[in-house]
Amino acid sequence: MFIKFTQKHEWVKSEGKTAYIGISDFAQNALGDIVFVELPQTGAKLESGKAFGSVESVKAVSEIYAPVSGTVTEVNSELEDAPELLNADAYESWIVKIELDANSETELDSLMNEEEYGEFCKNES
Amino acid sequence: MRTPLYETHQNLGAKIVDFGGWEMPLQYTSIIEEHLNTREKAGLFDVSHMGEITIKGYAAKDILNRLITHDLNLLPTKKIAYSFIMNENGGVVDDLLVYKINGDEFFLVVNASNTDKDYKWLKEKTAGISDVKVINQSKEYGQIAIQGPLAQTILQKLTGFNLSKIGFFAFDYIKVCDIDAIVSRTGYTGEDGFEIYCRQSHTKEIWNEIIIAGKNEGIKPVGLGARDTLRFESALPLYGHELSDNITPIEAGLKFFVNLQKEDFIGKDILKKQADKSTQKRLTGIELIDRGIPRDGYRVEKDGVDIGYITSGTYSPTFKKGLAMAMLSNSPDIIQPDSQVDVIIRDKKIKAKTVNLPFYKKKRRI
Repeated sequence: MFIKFTQKHEWVKSEGKTAYIGISDFAQNALGDIVFVELPQTGAKLESGKAFGSVESVKAVSEIYAPVSGTVTEVNSELEDAPELLNADAYESWIVKIELDANSETELDSLMNEEEYGEFCKNES
Repeated sequence: MRTPLYETHQNLGAKIVDFGGWEMPLQYTSIIEEHLNTREKAGLFDVSHMGEITIKGYAAKDILNRLITHDLNLLPTKKIAYSFIMNENGGVVDDLLVYKINGDEFFLVVNASNTDKDYKWLKEKTAGISDVKVINQSKEYGQIAIQGPLAQTILQKLTGFNLSKIGFFAFDYIKVCDIDAIVSRTGYTGEDGFEIYCRQSHTKEIWNEIIIAGKNEGIKPVGLGARDTLRFESALPLYGHELSDNITPIEAGLKFFVNLQKEDFIGKDILKKQADKSTQKRLTGIELIDRGIPRDGYRVEKDGVDIGYITSGTYSPTFKKGLAMAMLSNSPDIIQPDSQVDVIIRDKKIKAKTVNLPFYKKKRRI
């Protein structure tokens, strides 16, 4: 399983046709206390670059954008009662599990790897 | 602009944000943690951005009395009134604290972002009158707030003055860490506590001494994030949200701070009419039933009909749910507590109900 990042600070871990999506540590830190996560429905179609949910901190609302296209097979409903899990460990707390679309390979290729994302964050702060 | 504590905030690792041109700490660790620590123990706030304006002279009292809703003839020396500078339409130029220094001198504490507007307004209204002087002293003063149930215990360690002698909304000239200061029992959190005004150059020393003195009690610095959630839970109005040029104090549910018995003051006719009859809109509390966080500006509906908007909304750290204050149509089936309404969040109707304000009231002091 490998991890890729978007410029909007989402991560995607994929293996074969399955992928998990979450927000990065940089994102959770910038948001502060996360108090609400708006999750999509199972079965929802995600389109790369389009918002599919949102995370809210005490101060702000931030949309979550799909790093890749696919269909939601499971949502992390633990986050409904414990959204703060995203603060505690952003890389363990996935938000949705998806079945990747056929064209997702190219989408994945266009995302940043860990090192590139680290550099990207340095310029963000 | 920066307060004298800017470097202190940086050294504490605060997230700095722009607040009306001021570089202020949003949070040091976490808004929720800072909020709860203030409710349970004590919090320390840099509020040096607030404006301070002195109005003095033989005619000061009578002129100021025409501009605000409080009757200054009833305000004793060394007491403080929360009041509003009014415009001709019954709207609010600013909400402020009026400290009565003596019969001819008043110390006004105003919102940071309104300081210049207020100063201009006061200068305009006193133009050509030789017996009154208006002085903007905002640059001379630093201001720190210590709030929470342990505020007095901590501050008492730094002064020989018996703080129990300063009552609610009263002040005195005392020494804190041997530094001359004005100390009042006021604040913006709904907790007991004090606000301390000192010379700019002394602000840092008093801040540092309070942090040391309050270590065992668990005092922590608090940023603007928690300052907002604390004032929100206590339903203390924020200018630009619950109050504005277009919202009257009556509509905002603040009739208590309007003295309609006193002779003429700007905006009185409109406020009297509203108080006697009724207002079109009315500030109301809202609690979400479904999950979600209501935010400023979100619309509110009842049975599919738009009935108003949220003036301040957030996740409440004390009650651990989404709460809001909203300006709604003033009809009984809406503003009665427990009325079913919907908050429109990103085009979805989220179930909510109206509740009484404030959301939070502090426990009585023993």
